[in-house]
Amino acid sequence: MSKFTFPESIKSRPIYGTLAPRAGAAHLFIADAHGAEAILDVATPEMMAKGHIIYIPKGEQFEDKLRALNPASFYAGPTYSAAERRIQQTLAQAKMGLQLYLAGTEGLMGQAEAAAMQAGIPHTAIQTEHRGSTARRMQCVHCKGITEDVDTDPFVCSHCGLNLFVRDHYSRRLAAYQGVCIDAEDPGNVPAPKGIYE
Amino acid sequence: MTIQFNDETFRDDYSFYNSERAIKRFPFPFHEDSYMYSVNMEQHRGGPVDSVYEKRFDVDEHYVSEMKDRALVLADDPLRCQSLPHMTLAGWDLLELIMVSKSEDYPDLFELHRDGNTWRWVNKPMGIDHTFTFLDEATLPYGPMEYITRQAQGDFAVLDQRDDNLWMDAGMVTTQADWSLDFDIGMNFFEWHAPVPLAHEKGIFIRALKFLLNIQQGAPARRLNWTMTVNPLLDTSPENYHKWGIQKTTLTPENLGAKQHLRVELQTFFRLPRSNALVFPIRCYLCSFQDLMTVPKWGRRLHRVIRDLPVELATYKGFIDNRPMMLDYLSQFDDGLPTSPGIWPDLDTEPALQK
Ligand code: HEM
Repeated sequence: MSKFTFPESIKSRPIYGTLAPRAGAAHLFIADAHGAEAILDVATPEMMAKGHIIYIPKGEQFEDKLRALNPASFYAGPTYSAAERRIQQTLAQAKMGLQLYLAGTEGLMGQAEAAAMQAGIPHTAIQTEHRGSTARRMQCVHCKGITEDVDTDPFVCSHCGLNLFVRDHYSRRLAAYQGVCIDAEDPGNVPAPKGIYE
Repeated sequence: MTIQFNDETFRDDYSFYNSERAIKRFPFPFHEDSYMYSVNMEQHRGGPVDSVYEKRFDVDEHYVSEMKDRALVLADDPLRCQSLPHMTLAGWDLLELIMVSKSEDYPDLFELHRDGNTWRWVNKPMGIDHTFTFLDEATLPYGPMEYITRQAQGDFAVLDQRDDNLWMDAGMVTTQADWSLDFDIGMNFFEWHAPVPLAHEKGIFIRALKFLLNIQQGAPARRLNWTMTVNPLLDTSPENYHKWGIQKTTLTPENLGAKQHLRVELQTFFRLPRSNALVFPIRCYLCSFQDLMTVPKWGRRLHRVIRDLPVELATYKGFIDNRPMMLDYLSQFDDGLPTSPGIWPDLDTEPALQK
């Protein structure tokens, strides 16, 4: 799958890079869906000997290839929230010198990065690479509910049902973009949804 | 002077009003006939007698009613006041700054009696007489920042300073111009300013941050910012935008003078002594167009500024749709005469409207 080039945006938006191998006491990889391809590209036998992969397939078929890298520890789980406790504990028990590699959707990378910051992992030890879907994790500013994998603008809040405009303003702490009511000044006048980057 | 506190509301029936004194001392934000973003900062070292610049924290006729409105907002949505765990000391710093400033600047309204760490705080307008132990949270009904900012007009952002940046790690935000503390908490100076148009490209935020990082204790700074609000609604939050946004469509040529308000923020910056945090009080003043038009200079100038304001700014500030109607109204108060430099009303020297 080819990599998506995000358009220039405002300063609260994260910028993602390309994973590069680094020296480290241990290597933690957290990825979803096509993020697996970034791990496959960067992995070396030395890293995998001290490597731990946490993978959320989201229907993609990369699990066997990842296992074949022979990481010291491997986990595949159905959703990020199912994996969350494991991620938190792994980060909390991390020793100095851990290298963290995040790959896949913005929602996955954002949540894992927020968990890492909370655990006190220095941001210089964190790398990110976007792969796959460009859908966004959105917070409704009105009801505060989070909707995962939003790929159209506008969209309907999955919690309160308001029609929300997809903003570029992004909170690292929430790992979410902001959704704001689009028809507050003209109730019912909601444009037809289109892809966020169309 | 003694202040007569208004009994008024900022919601529902909107009984808010400005006295003649409040109109004359309104912080009109335009020092010339046009406006563009700039690094408009100066020392906050007093100003003309009875102006909003005179005291460190201006207390005016809206004080008591604004504090009632804040309590209503917080009861509805406690997330408007948040403080990350490392910000408690900064909260005590802020409590001290406000209590000391207010008791010195308004001795007839506020008293602070300190005996070691045992402090007695008297707030006469709000009927509070409270003895507590400084730096002991258990002796206050709220955290220190929340306690004192429930008694101080304006919003407050408390910024931690580290890595050559400022981080919005605490705040009390109930009278904001459409931004969310709950969303922005934890962001740095460039991140929370991300939605502002044009200013990043002009290098304004880089220079502004440099200035702020160097603010010293005892040498506060200030600037004015402004936007537009239909009805004197203090809580123009994004959280409630789906409820108040519709009010923007209720303007008519007949009611515009009374309903359309210029919303001005007197923003000040103080370094805090123990935490080295920076506190950013954002004090909101509202004035209806019809009250502003009683000052001929302001009538002439507001028309020219709004007419010539770049589309990006009018859009960001949320009044692009209403601008034509505002201009029809304002043009009646512009006779084309020149205006004197500076923000002050100059009532004695500027000519009356010539049409
Ligand atoms: C450290 C204290 C400051 C804080 C906490 C702060 C906070 C904010 C926030 C939350 C916004 C709204 C952004 C949005 O749309 O979501 C804003 C807007 C803005 N800020 Fe600041 N700010 C600070 C200092 C400054 C300084 C020193 C300048 C100097 C140039 C500045 C210039 C602006 C401008 C031009 C806007 C757009 C306002 C408008 O057009 O209505 N800010 N600020």
